[in-house]
Amino acid sequence: MKQQYDVIIIGSGVVGSAIARELTRYEFKIGVLEKELDVVCETSGRNSGVIHAGFNNKPGSLMAKFCVEGCLGFDKVAKELDIPFKRIGKLVTGFTDEDMEILKKLKEQGDKNGVPGLRIISEEEIKKIDPNVAGKVALYSPMTGIVNPFIYTIALAENAYQNGAVFFFGREVVAIQRKEECYEVTTKNNEKYYAKWLINSAGLNSDQIARMVGITDYTIYPCRGEYFILDQKASAYLKVPAYPVPNKKEGGLGVHLTPTIDGNVLIGPSAEYLDEKDNYAATKEVMDKLVAEGTKILPQIKREHFIRNFSGIRPKLVEKETGGYADFVIEQREEIPNMINLIGIESPGLTSAVPIARYVVEKMKQKEELKENQNFNPIRKGILNFTEQTDERKAELIKENPNYGEIICRCESITKQEILEAIHNPLGVETVTGVKNRTRAMMGRCQGGYCQTRIAELIIQEKQKKVEEVIYSRQQGKMFVGGVR
Amino acid sequence: MNIIKKDAVILGGGPAGLAAALKLKEKGIDNIIILEREKKTGGILRQCIHDGFGIVRFKEALSGPEYADRFVQEVQRQNIEVQTEATVIGLTNDKIVTAATKEGLKKYQAKVVILTMGCRERTRGAISIPGTRPAGVYTAGVAQSYINLKNIMIGKKVVILGSGDIGLIMARRLTLEGAEVLAVIEKQPYPSGLPRNIEQCLNDYNIPLYLSHTVTNIQGKERLESVTVSKVDEKGQAIEGTEKEYNCDTLILSVGLIPENELSLQAGVELHPRTKGPIVDENLQTNVEGIYAAGNVLHVHDLVDFVSIEGEKLAESAAKYIKGEKGYESIIPVTTDHTINNVVPQKISGEQDVEISLRVSKPSKDGQIIMQQGNKVIMMKKFKKLNPAEMIHIKLKKEEIQSKEEIKVVVG
Repeated sequence: MKQQYDVIIIGSGVVGSAIARELTRYEFKIGVLEKELDVVCETSGRNSGVIHAGFNNKPGSLMAKFCVEGCLGFDKVAKELDIPFKRIGKLVTGFTDEDMEILKKLKEQGDKNGVPGLRIISEEEIKKIDPNVAGKVALYSPMTGIVNPFIYTIALAENAYQNGAVFFFGREVVAIQRKEECYEVTTKNNEKYYAKWLINSAGLNSDQIARMVGITDYTIYPCRGEYFILDQKASAYLKVPAYPVPNKKEGGLGVHLTPTIDGNVLIGPSAEYLDEKDNYAATKEVMDKLVAEGTKILPQIKREHFIRNFSGIRPKLVEKETGGYADFVIEQREEIPNMINLIGIESPGLTSAVPIARYVVEKMKQKEELKENQNFNPIRKGILNFTEQTDERKAELIKENPNYGEIICRCESITKQEILEAIHNPLGVETVTGVKNRTRAMMGRCQGGYCQTRIAELIIQEKQKKVEEVIYSRQQGKMFVGGVR
Repeated sequence: MNIIKKDAVILGGGPAGLAAALKLKEKGIDNIIILEREKKTGGILRQCIHDGFGIVRFKEALSGPEYADRFVQEVQRQNIEVQTEATVIGLTNDKIVTAATKEGLKKYQAKVVILTMGCRERTRGAISIPGTRPAGVYTAGVAQSYINLKNIMIGKKVVILGSGDIGLIMARRLTLEGAEVLAVIEKQPYPSGLPRNIEQCLNDYNIPLYLSHTVTNIQGKERLESVTVSKVDEKGQAIEGTEKEYNCDTLILSVGLIPENELSLQAGVELHPRTKGPIVDENLQTNVEGIYAAGNVLHVHDLVDFVSIEGEKLAESAAKYIKGEKGYESIIPVTTDHTINNVVPQKISGEQDVEISLRVSKPSKDGQIIMQQGNKVIMMKKFKKLNPAEMIHIKLKKEEIQSKEEIKVVVG
């Protein structure tokens, strides 16, 4: 069968998934090609999960425009997609007169960008908002929110799927050719996909994809940020994200502390330019630095609170020497018709994803008339979280479905029903990490010590896999070598 | 919701919980229930198919399932109520226990709650090993569960970090299953596991043990490809230039156990910073009246025999409490210094003989354990060898206790 689509989207991170969803509002046959085995394997899932208000970005930039739009519109999106979202506010704290000047400029910039509610506040007010955050002065942003970046991306992709988009995982794009008004996209496993429209939302690899169609003027500079995740117990010490005054030279917002929507605390990220785009290693130097800086900001944190670390990579369009941020590139060139390139979508990409997707649709509308999809349904239902229910509701749930009475993940109280829903989710789960990202199972303090064996067993059972076929996270990342002797 | 009244609700059907249940029954307490989250009781013993259990208690070497089975059978014979596949998700300080089961959400009002939830393993995150996150990194207990309970083989070329007993036992188990165990790496200058396991699990199979070494990096994008091992100095810091690369597909972590006390915390049970288990008095009662703890949830044991014995000891006191007998008040603190890792109980009454359990922090030869009140030595016991891997149990007689002053236990 010829894989013929109206639109092919390359990359299913938060931006690719948001574009897929926006495009299903129109009568399109949409295919999404993802090189990993699931959505949200790279940059989109490896960040602080902060929905930024938009005061860090240059007035007039796409970054500023989309970030503010994304933030203001997030309640609606969260509601439609049934994902947890909290506007908990944010503090950028400083100590010196110099810091004060920077904070004032940040506020001014934010005001210009249209960020509501920004205020410079005193030490006394900082203490009122969060008694554990240190600082003489701070910029307070009430609009800043937090979200689970895995769930958000998954939700966008699932809703796109429900509305007709088709996702292909494990399909790395290796060649693109233009043939008779149509793009022929070849993947590593030598499959060919055809489409009239091509959208490059390949994140870290977006420069390579662009090169495949002859656009050679972009280079992505991978900039790694490492994080620590703290036990939920540490959330008692931090109410709002607390950032230091930004350092212009660094490639990020500086090491900060952020409560997560799931009740943990993150320390990070660092910023380190790399040569490789997929080097997610953590290093001792940075880990030590994060521990030192984290405990300096919140002295209550103890070593036993550290349950895991991870790293993410920013797809930056600026070199280390230049520093700071380049604006998002979202372009369509006359000489390469019907192809939209999204390049350098780094922070605030998570916040900006939906406005970016709408902008892409606008660009397509300039080229052809789009027919609305009458059946589009923006509503997606998430996996019900058993542990958040009242005892009465829990009792009812178990009565309706005994699988709610079986706790698989002890630390996070995740039930068998939730695991089963993750395994049978619309996009299809191939990996143990896929289940984890959908349910939080294995994310607790025992890191799967209790539940990983059970989840692996359920995947084998439900998907009728051989043990040798169970994948941890990445394509060849097999968990087992076979049976015992 | 219907609340079921119980004299005792036992959280966990492992060796401590089963022993406690049997002793309660023997003492005439009938209205009890064991809540077990697994399909079968027996706890972690079910996956410990090696032998060596029961030497102290039964004077014979049993496998884990055999040892457990002696208690499981007796619990059945005694008609003690057991609810398996029941995960306790709530515990309050007025002893209301909420459990999720397939039959429904169940609530119990207990006179006595017995904490016997065991422990969990420390993870990679807890010790922060740098590197990537490929498949192929397992804690020893998880590896044991895959191999012994699910018959799934996890790898072919293995490095083990930590010489804890489970790690050592897994070194042998993996070898017997045809894997190549390249080395066991231990950060301390001495082994963490029991001497008999070093002998029977490593030396018998020519598996090298590197003391004062640690894993300093993990490589591999999809499946583990190699680990870097470095020597460490006296402070435990890796020494630059000593790195050695091991090509392997599996890293097993045996880096310690932590008592599993999340439920205890919900009920306001105070934990000890060193044991990570509840602070208990000589009755093994926590700071919350009517909530007792024994076994690995209280402090990590070396031998299961002592876990069972502790469960029984707990049940004796708990039975008295249920019957309304008032025990002695524990007002004498028992403390230690850096020479001893932890001591249980942390409070005693001084009105009766007690047993103090402890672990020393460093190995030594010809050492002595000293207990003192003020400047007075009230008890002294000599040992040919002191080893942190082995738990020491010392009887302290009522007559030896001089006053209500704090008792300090140290290595002299």
